[in-house]
Amino acid sequence: MMLLSIDLGLVIEKLVLIVVVISASLVIAMYTTFAERKVAAILQDRRGPNRAGPFGLLQPLADGLKLFFKEEIIPAFSSKFLFIMGPALAMLTAMMTSAVIPWGDKVELFGRHISLQITDVNVGVLYVFGVVSLGVYGIMIGSWASNNKFSLLGGLRAASQIISYELAMGISMIALLMVTGTLSLKEMVVQQQVGHWNIINQPLGFLIFLVCAFAECNRTPFDLPEAENELIGGYHTEYSSMKLGFYLFAEYINMFISSVIMATLFFGGYDMPFVNESLLSPNVAALIGVAALMAKVSCFIFLFMWVRWTIPRFRYDQLMHLGWRILIPLALFNMLLTGGVILYFHK
Amino acid sequence: MNITTLVFILLSVMSVGSAIMMISSKSPVHSVLWLIVVFFAISGHYILLNAQFLAIVNIIVYAGAIMVLFLFVVMLMNLNAETEPIKNYRLQLVGIISGGALLLVIVSAVMKIDTEQLVEMKVGDAGLIKVLGMNLFKNYILPFEISSVLFLSAMIGAVVIGKKDDEVVNKPEN
Amino acid sequence: MQALTNKAKQVSRKPMSFMEKMYLPAIFKGMMITFMHIFKKKPTINYPEKKRPFSPVFRGMQILNRDEEGRENCTACGLCAVACPAEAITMEAAERQTGEENLYKEEKYAAKYEINMLRCIFCGLCEEACPKDAIYLSETFTPADYQRKQFIYGKNDLLIPHPKENPEAYKKALGNRANKEMVN
Repeated sequence: MMLLSIDLGLVIEKLVLIVVVISASLVIAMYTTFAERKVAAILQDRRGPNRAGPFGLLQPLADGLKLFFKEEIIPAFSSKFLFIMGPALAMLTAMMTSAVIPWGDKVELFGRHISLQITDVNVGVLYVFGVVSLGVYGIMIGSWASNNKFSLLGGLRAASQIISYELAMGISMIALLMVTGTLSLKEMVVQQQVGHWNIINQPLGFLIFLVCAFAECNRTPFDLPEAENELIGGYHTEYSSMKLGFYLFAEYINMFISSVIMATLFFGGYDMPFVNESLLSPNVAALIGVAALMAKVSCFIFLFMWVRWTIPRFRYDQLMHLGWRILIPLALFNMLLTGGVILYFHK
Repeated sequence: MNITTLVFILLSVMSVGSAIMMISSKSPVHSVLWLIVVFFAISGHYILLNAQFLAIVNIIVYAGAIMVLFLFVVMLMNLNAETEPIKNYRLQLVGIISGGALLLVIVSAVMKIDTEQLVEMKVGDAGLIKVLGMNLFKNYILPFEISSVLFLSAMIGAVVIGKKDDEVVNKPEN
Repeated sequence: MQALTNKAKQVSRKPMSFMEKMYLPAIFKGMMITFMHIFKKKPTINYPEKKRPFSPVFRGMQILNRDEEGRENCTACGLCAVACPAEAITMEAAERQTGEENLYKEEKYAAKYEINMLRCIFCGLCEEACPKDAIYLSETFTPADYQRKQFIYGKNDLLIPHPKENPEAYKKALGNRANKEMVN
């Protein structure tokens, strides 16, 4: 039995970590939906949900329960397998990114050093990028399988939008990689802990990355794939019950994960500013780190919502114009500038 | 039988099986989706060969970008059984001959393989990003730059084609 | 074309300046506007816990009044039905038998009195037409229901609680509107 030659403790440790990370991101996504409604209400001088539980805290549970009890409709002329696969894929690709994110430093438990990162791949950033580029399949497959013209239009919009903005995102990331010189997310965070945050080196890169992240998550002002006043519901027009829930949920998980990525790449990840982690005991340091990461992430999530309730949706030609003729040249310029500066200082 | 062999067999079955599914499935959209599965299996093979960079780039470029565009076009064309072109038996015959010739070449190549020199798994670092970068930018800088010129010309060509009806697009609104 | 009012604002078609083309300052400005709304007072109230006071001229659901001894005021004269522009009121009159003096104030009373709440427009003309102060519009809403027939309110739904048997409910149902005459 060669299979059992793997360190069993490691397997259990990783399994526990995976379960914790996945359930945590599910819970966070759940409460992000709640926060979205609350933020929307506050920005619009309303109160928001406050009936279910204290301060309406049980509202996401009620929403989920409602979705479970809704009637499940599968269109008669749809490709049934693909119709079911669409939301599943959307959820899967949304969750997959969390594997390489360093959630915190090492924890000492039961005499083991447990790294709070599921796996430290040496091509971590590229992995994130690859998974993000796959994210469009869930939407495309679901939209095509619904056999509905509005859905198809939404899916096509999603595909072209995500591909267009991926380019600018990738180029802005290249400039960042030139500065850090590593593809591992963990190493990036360690560098930022010792030195300063990457945002100081790459403000323009961060701005481009931020705009592209909005586009990749299909958030307003780039929510054309589901533009409800043009396409009914866009790619999820034909979906109902929990399958619709999966799509909506995947959007929030995407939002959470891209906030984490932005915090990790540009804002020091689990680095707590003005605190020297090496002086504290590892468990306390890890706890502070996780808390710091979560604080940064919640700022980003609030930014996502704030933008959603401020800026109206782009027209499609404006979207393409912004992506191809503004962001990509800007990102190229940023890359050239970064390269030039690095060359100048390393001479 | 260790875990690497097991994974290798699994990935091989997956890649060959989905390749067959890809050419035999009736709907073009299903073909494209099976092709994506093939790319994933191939990426798995890359990882077994310790070439993580190639694996992830394969996913980003092929599965993430090119196949999305394929899917995009196929969905837009809305191909289905009724719009399938009329079968031309002469064309089929030519196809069988050329496909058979390709098969012959592959089979003869496989027969000549020295079974002593199989690819070793999990060793070598040719596919790691650092080694690959050094190789590309030191030993193979000329081919790399020439291919980049090729890409640039392709990009310019695409822009030229796209700009063809510029007058129509840039007409002032009302 | 001559403008009808001086409120029309000419749309500027000037090409955007570089700062405007940057787009970011405008976004930031908009974001600040929405951000300032966080600190604004919220006009929404938590409805069932907190209620806004009704205006003194509010006209809600009809109530059939009783006098202090709990006798029904209505004499089924039909003036309210005549006055009703929506023809929502129907009634059947009956004569008071001996021994029923504690129930009805006068010799004639309404054996059946129905208001179709789906037709009622809450204009209050019934109240104005009534010579006996038997009907008035209270400060309650007509509650929602699942069936249309439930909206035809009979005497059970409309009569005010008995002032002797249930004085608290009576006072509550009477509300401010019935007191108006007393105040004035």
